[in-house]
Amino acid sequence: MPEAAVWLIIAAPLAAAVFNGLIIRPLFGPVSRIGFDATVGAIGISFMLSLWALSVVWTDQEVVLPLHEIIRVDEFSLRIGLLLDGLTAIMLVVVTSVSLLVQIYSHGYMKEDRSYVRYYTFMAMFTSAMLTLVLANNLILLFVGWELVGLCSYLLIGFWFTRPSAAAAAKKAFIITRFGDLFFLLAILGIFLLWPEDTPVTFALSDPNAPMDLLRAGGAALTGTGLTLICLGIMAGAAGKSAQFPLHTWLPDAMEGPTPVSALIHAATMVAAGVFLVARFLPLFEEAETARTIVALIGGFTVVFAASMGLVMNDIKRVLAYSTVSQLGYMFLALGLGALGPALFHLFNHAFFKALLFLGSGSVNHATGTFDMRLMGGLRRVMPWTYGVFFIGSLSLAGIPPFSGFWSKDEILGIAWSYGGTLGTILFVLAVVGAFMTAAYIFRALFMTFHGKYRGGEAQEAHGTADAHETHDERHGATPHESPWVMVIPMAILAVLAIGSWFINFPATHWFTDLLKPLGAHVEEIQIVPAAIGLVAGLLGIGIATALYRGGAVSAPSISGPLAPVTNLLTRKYYMDELYEGVIVRSVLYERLWRFLAWFDSDKGVVDRAVNTLGLFGRNLGKGIRVVENGQLQMSLTVLSIGAVIIVAAYVVWGGVG
Amino acid sequence: MQPFDGLITLIVFLPVAGAAVIAVAGREQMLVRRIALGAMILNLILATYAWLSYSANGPIIEQLGQYGSNPWIPGVNASYLLTIDGLSMPLVFLTALLGVVAVLGSWHVKERVREYHVWLLMLLTGVQGVFVAGDLLLFFLFWEVELVPMYFLIAMWGTGHREYSAMKFVLYTLFGSAFMLVGVLALRFAIGSFDMGAMTLAGQEGTLRAAFLSMDVIFLMFLAAFAIKLPVWPLHTWLPDAHTDAPTAVSVLLAGVLLKMGGYGLIRINVGMFPSEMEQWAPLLVIFSVVSILYGAAVVFRQTDLKRLVAYSSVSHMGLVLLGVASLGAVSVTGAALQMFAHGTITGLLFLVVGIIYENAHTRHIPDLGGLFSRMPVVGAVFVFAGLASLGLPLLSGFAAELMVFLGSFDAYPWQTAFAVLGIVLTAGYILWTVERVLLGPLKERWNSVKDASPADFVAMALLVLPIIIVGVYPALVADVFRDAVTLLVGGG
Repeated sequence: MPEAAVWLIIAAPLAAAVFNGLIIRPLFGPVSRIGFDATVGAIGISFMLSLWALSVVWTDQEVVLPLHEIIRVDEFSLRIGLLLDGLTAIMLVVVTSVSLLVQIYSHGYMKEDRSYVRYYTFMAMFTSAMLTLVLANNLILLFVGWELVGLCSYLLIGFWFTRPSAAAAAKKAFIITRFGDLFFLLAILGIFLLWPEDTPVTFALSDPNAPMDLLRAGGAALTGTGLTLICLGIMAGAAGKSAQFPLHTWLPDAMEGPTPVSALIHAATMVAAGVFLVARFLPLFEEAETARTIVALIGGFTVVFAASMGLVMNDIKRVLAYSTVSQLGYMFLALGLGALGPALFHLFNHAFFKALLFLGSGSVNHATGTFDMRLMGGLRRVMPWTYGVFFIGSLSLAGIPPFSGFWSKDEILGIAWSYGGTLGTILFVLAVVGAFMTAAYIFRALFMTFHGKYRGGEAQEAHGTADAHETHDERHGATPHESPWVMVIPMAILAVLAIGSWFINFPATHWFTDLLKPLGAHVEEIQIVPAAIGLVAGLLGIGIATALYRGGAVSAPSISGPLAPVTNLLTRKYYMDELYEGVIVRSVLYERLWRFLAWFDSDKGVVDRAVNTLGLFGRNLGKGIRVVENGQLQMSLTVLSIGAVIIVAAYVVWGGVG
Repeated sequence: MQPFDGLITLIVFLPVAGAAVIAVAGREQMLVRRIALGAMILNLILATYAWLSYSANGPIIEQLGQYGSNPWIPGVNASYLLTIDGLSMPLVFLTALLGVVAVLGSWHVKERVREYHVWLLMLLTGVQGVFVAGDLLLFFLFWEVELVPMYFLIAMWGTGHREYSAMKFVLYTLFGSAFMLVGVLALRFAIGSFDMGAMTLAGQEGTLRAAFLSMDVIFLMFLAAFAIKLPVWPLHTWLPDAHTDAPTAVSVLLAGVLLKMGGYGLIRINVGMFPSEMEQWAPLLVIFSVVSILYGAAVVFRQTDLKRLVAYSSVSHMGLVLLGVASLGAVSVTGAALQMFAHGTITGLLFLVVGIIYENAHTRHIPDLGGLFSRMPVVGAVFVFAGLASLGLPLLSGFAAELMVFLGSFDAYPWQTAFAVLGIVLTAGYILWTVERVLLGPLKERWNSVKDASPADFVAMALLVLPIIIVGVYPALVADVFRDAVTLLVGGG
C-alpha cells in the first residue's frame, strides 16, 4: 500500500472539513446540503482505504512506512510517520465505518438545524483527528491527534452553545480530560528524560531504521520506577479520555451534544482512544507490573461503579453514557491483565452495539422530543424498527449469546477467571457484578422507553424549553412516529453488526486475534465455567428488570423504600460533581486560594505594594501618583525628565572616562 | 538573496521616518493612517526580505566605524553596529508584523490621530533597534528610546487610571535601566569597547572579567532589568496596570514585542555573556519561573476585566520563557525563543480581539458580557482560536514552543517542570471559562446591536491567525532559525 494512500485516510476528511468550513459555509450558507456530501464522500474514501489497509495487513504484507524528520535540536529529533499494523487496521475500520454510518444518520437528525454545515465541518474534523491518533507512528503526532479529538469533542458537546448547560458540559469535558493529559504529557517528558544518553529521541513508536524505538526498546530501555511512572502517566491520560474513575464525571454531561455525536465520539471512537493508547503501549506496561495492576483495578472498579449509576438514571442517554464508562472499564481490566486480544475484541464489538444504542436513543428523541424515559413508554408500537434494533443492541450489551457482546465479554471474564490469585478473583467478581448490572440497567431502559403506555414526551416536559426552537432535540412529541429511512438504515446495519461482528473472531478461525498476534495477542480458549457464570448474571439482571419495569412502571416503589439512601447516593452520582466542582474548584481554589493570591498580588495586598515602596522611586510613587491622578500631567513629565536626565548625566560622566 | 547595504538600518528607521512624514504632512486622519500603514507594510516586506537573505547567507551585519581604529563615537569606542542573527531575525519579523497589526488595530482611534501615530511609529523603531543592536551602547539607547512613546501612548490614549499606569510602567523600566546602565559600563571597561560580539566571545571563553565589580553583580544588574521587562514574579505588577489601561494597539505591541525585549536580553546577554554565572543562578530562576507560571494563572481566575485577565495570562506564559532559558539546554532555550515568537502572535491576537469587543460593546467587565457569539461570529471564532492557541493546542504555535520548553527543562529540573506543567490545566480552565462567560450562553438583550469585526479588524486578525497556524504546523520554520543562534550560546550540538 503506497504511503500516500495511507496519508489520504487522514487527509480526505481533513479536506472535507476545510472545504466545508472555508468555502461551503461562507459561500453556500450554513444549511447547504453540500456539507453533507463532502463529509460523507470523504469519509467514504477513508473507509474504502481503511478496508484496503486491513486487507493488506491481513494478508501478512509487511507495511513499512517511512519517517520524516521535521525538527531537530541537539539530541531531540522528531520523526513523523504513520504506522500500519493489526491494531491500527482494526481501529481504522471501526472509526471509518461507524463514522460513515453516523454521518448518514445525522442527515435525518440534523437536517433542520441552522448550523448544519458547521456540524458536518466539525464531524469531518473529528474523524480526521481520530484517524491521525490511530495511525500515528510517533508519540508526539499521536498526542496531536489526541488533543485534537478533545478539541472536536469540546466543539461538538457545545454545539448548541446558547444553552448554558451545553457550554458548561463542553468546558468540563475538556478540562477534565486535560487533567489526565497533564500526566500523559509528563509521561512523554519522562520518556525523553530517561532515554539512553547516546541515542537520539525520535519519539517514533516503531522505526526499523533507528537503533531504538519506543515499542521495541521502550520497555527494555526504560526500567524501574521511572517506567512505572511513565506507564501510570499514560494510564492517567487514557483514564481522562476514556472516562475511567476518577476522571469519569465529564462523560454523562457530554450528552448535551447532538446524539449522533454521542454515538460516534462518546461511545464508539474517541472514548475508546484511551484503550487504544494503553494497548499501543502494552510493551511498556509488560515491564511494569505495578502499573498493570493499577490499570486492571481502575478498570474493574469502574465497571461496577459506573454501572451502578446507570441503574437509576432517568435520562436514556445518561444510562448509555454510564454504560459506556462501564464497558470501557472491561477493556482496561483486560489490558491490565495483559490481554490485548480480548480488550480490543470488546472495543470492536462495543463500538457497533453502543453506537447502535445511541442512535436508537436519538431516534426515540426524534419522535418524542425528550430524553427523559419517564415521559416515554409504549414506543414499540409506533417505532417498530427502532424498537427492534434497540432490542438487539440491548441483548448484545447484556452479553446474551449469540450476540457479539457475549463473545468478547466472555473472553474478558475468562481472562480474569484463569488469572487467579487475589487480583484475578477480585476482578472476576467485579466483572460478574458488572454483567448483572449491565443487563439490569439496559433492560430497565428498554422497558421504560418502549413498553407500557406512552406518557406524553416533550409535551409533558415541565422544565426549561426556552431554547426549544433553537435545537432539534425538543421539536416533536405529541404524536411519536418512526424515524425516516436515512436514520433507520444506518441503525439496521449496526444491528447486523451487533449480532454478527464477532464472526471476525469466530472460534475456529480467530482472524481477529491473528491480526494482533505480532503485538502479543494469543488465542483465548472458551471457558465454560466463567462464561456460564457471566451468562447467568446477565439473565438475572434481565429478569429483575423485567419483574420491576415490564409493565411500564416509571419507578419501582418496592425497592425505593429501604433502598432510598442508596438510590439517592446513585442519583447524586456519589457526590463526585459536588466534590470536584463545589468543593475543590469553587470552595478551595476559587473562593480561597485564588482569591487570596489575587488580593496578595494587588496594591492593597503584598506584592504590588511592596515592590512599589521598595522601588527606587517608591516612597514618592504613592504621593506622586495622587498628583498625577489629579490631572497634573506636568508633574509626571517632570519625574520622567528627571529620571532621563539622571541617566544621561550618569552616562556622559562615566562614559566619557573610557 | 543578498542583503543590500543599509537593509537593517532601513528596517529600524523606516517607522520613525514614517513618523517624520506624518508630523510634517499628516493633516488628515486618513492620510496619517495610510502613511503609517504604508511604512509598516514596507517594513514587513523588508523584514521578510531580510529573512530570505538570512536563510540563504546567514547573519547580516551593518557597521559604521570600526572598534579601535576609527570608532563611531571616538571618545567611548562605540560603533554603529547592527546585526541580525538567528535570535534577532524572527523577533525583527514579529515586530514588523505586529507593527502592521497595530496600525490596523488603531483604525478606530479618533483623538489626536497624528500624534498618536507619531508615537506609535517611534515606539516600533525603538523595539526594532533593541533586537538588532550589535553594540551595547546602541542596545541601551534603543532600550531607553521605547519608554517615551509608551508613556504618552498610555497616558494620553489609554483608559481608566491611565496616567498612573503609564508612570508605573516608566518607573519600573527606568529602575531596571539604572541597573543595566551599570552593567553596560562595567562590560565596556572589561572589554575596552561596546562590541557585543566580543563580549559574547569572551564570555563564552570565560575570560570576561570586570575591573571593579564581580561578574555576579554585573550579571544581576542585567538580570534585574530583563526580569522586570519579561516580567518575572514578583516584579510583574506594572504589567496588568499598563495592559489594562493602554489602548488596544499598544497592548498588542506591549505583549507582542516589548516583553520579548526582556527575554531577548536574557538570552543575548545573561546566557551569552555570563554562562557560568547563569549556570549558578539558574536553579533559583527556575523556581521564579514556576512561581510566575502558576501564580499568574491562579490570579487570572479572579479577574473580571477582560484585558487584565489576558495580562495575567501573559505573566504565566512568559514564565515559560524564563523556564526554558534557565534550563540552559539547546532544546529548552530554543523552545523559550519559540515561545516568545508564539506568545507574541497569540497574546497579541488576544489583546486585539479583546480590544474589538471593547470597541463594540464598550465594556470589558466580564459579568456584563455573555452570549456574544450569536452577534459576533467572526470575532468570537477568532477569540476561541486565540484561546485554544494560548492553552497550547497542537498544530498551533504555542504547543510546539511549550513542548520544547518542557522537554528541555524536564531534563534538567524534572520536579520543578512537573509543577510548571500543571499550568496547562489551569490555562485550559481559565481560557474556556472566559470563552463560556463572554461568548456562549444566551445573548444578553443589551448586546442585540453589537457589531462584528470591521474590515480593518478582519485583516489585522488574519495577519496573526496565519503565523499561529503556519508555525504550529511547521515549527521548524522559526525554531531552526532560533536554534542556529542558540546552539552557539549554550554550547550544545
